[in-house]
Amino acid sequence: MTSDLIFVFITAAIINNFIFKYFLGICPFLGVSKRTDMAMGMGFAVTFVMTVAGVLTWIIYHMILVPMNIQFLQYITFILVIAGTVQLVEMYVRKFFPNLYESFGIFLPMITTNCAILGACLFIQKFEYNLIQAAVFSLGGGLGFAMAITIMAGIREELNFSDVPRYFKGPAITLISAAILAMAFSGFLIKR
Amino acid sequence: MSKSNLVSQFTNGLWAENPSLVMLIGMCPTLAITNSVANALTMGMATMFVLVCSNLVISLIRSQLQAHLRILVYMLIVATFVTVADYMLQAYLFTMSQSLGPYVPLIIVNCVILARAEICAAKKGPVTSFVDGLGVGLGFTFSLTLLGVIRELFGSRSILNYQILPDSFEPWVVMVLPSGAFLTLGLVIGLVNYLRSRKRVEA
Repeated sequence: MTSDLIFVFITAAIINNFIFKYFLGICPFLGVSKRTDMAMGMGFAVTFVMTVAGVLTWIIYHMILVPMNIQFLQYITFILVIAGTVQLVEMYVRKFFPNLYESFGIFLPMITTNCAILGACLFIQKFEYNLIQAAVFSLGGGLGFAMAITIMAGIREELNFSDVPRYFKGPAITLISAAILAMAFSGFLIKR
Repeated sequence: MSKSNLVSQFTNGLWAENPSLVMLIGMCPTLAITNSVANALTMGMATMFVLVCSNLVISLIRSQLQAHLRILVYMLIVATFVTVADYMLQAYLFTMSQSLGPYVPLIIVNCVILARAEICAAKKGPVTSFVDGLGVGLGFTFSLTLLGVIRELFGSRSILNYQILPDSFEPWVVMVLPSGAFLTLGLVIGLVNYLRSRKRVEA
């Protein structure tokens, strides 16, 4: 049972990394990865919202949607739950951690449209995880996202000092560095 | 609204404000499902359908929207149309909907749609919004298909499953893997930057 959970965690965090395997959450991955501290903040905000939303949507899906046989409403329900969670987290952080709130700025509301969150909720239903597995999966996925975005920010800080061809400055070179990073991550895929 | 304005609104989305190559939004589907041309085309069409419908509806109700609730209303409208598109795909193109998997429901959080709702549909009339949705949707489909063509050609020697390159060409496996997606998109964006800057110098 425990080894199974560890497997779910490692799979979600590294092997099926949300960014390098599923391409979810690319917008913040490119937009917020200019500085390591901001990237880490974003990463942990996403981890938190993802875990809460993953557990909440599991409960709603299995306790409300399935018994009433209205699974076709799942997309609408999930997006509402995510938007609500983000709103709650935003209010909580603003009240109790004003400094953190200042530094998050616009990232928190942006998480609503972060496809990694909705993707995690959908994958949990698709893989038919139970509640504990769902929690572990979304926590692992969030941490994997935080790791990827922090590595990328580190690379981009170094890129500032390198001589990039004129037309490749900005997103183009970021994507190409991401390609090399993704190649390293796909090493986990082939040996199965 | 004069005719030339509508035409410029349409072409604007195709090239000058092409969502995934110039504005750099809606990257997730651009990278995720461009490993074959057929997937890319289907995804582009589904997104265009949702974009046109949601633009039209949002534009029709724009005077009723409360500022602080508008994002939520956009999300609900988009989610409704995505559910329609998802069920249509499952009914008529079952294998395709299986291979696209969760990326169809993920159209809900595609920033292209929210961006067009905010930039265009919330401010302009239904006809302009409709045309804008068509233009941006086509531009999105175009860039997806372009990436799909490059990746499928080098990754599996074929386009739409018809073999193009000879057997002696060793397929570049990396192109159908995730890293190929990042690499192709990076190179294409570099190329687009080059083309745009050249045009500016000439003009």
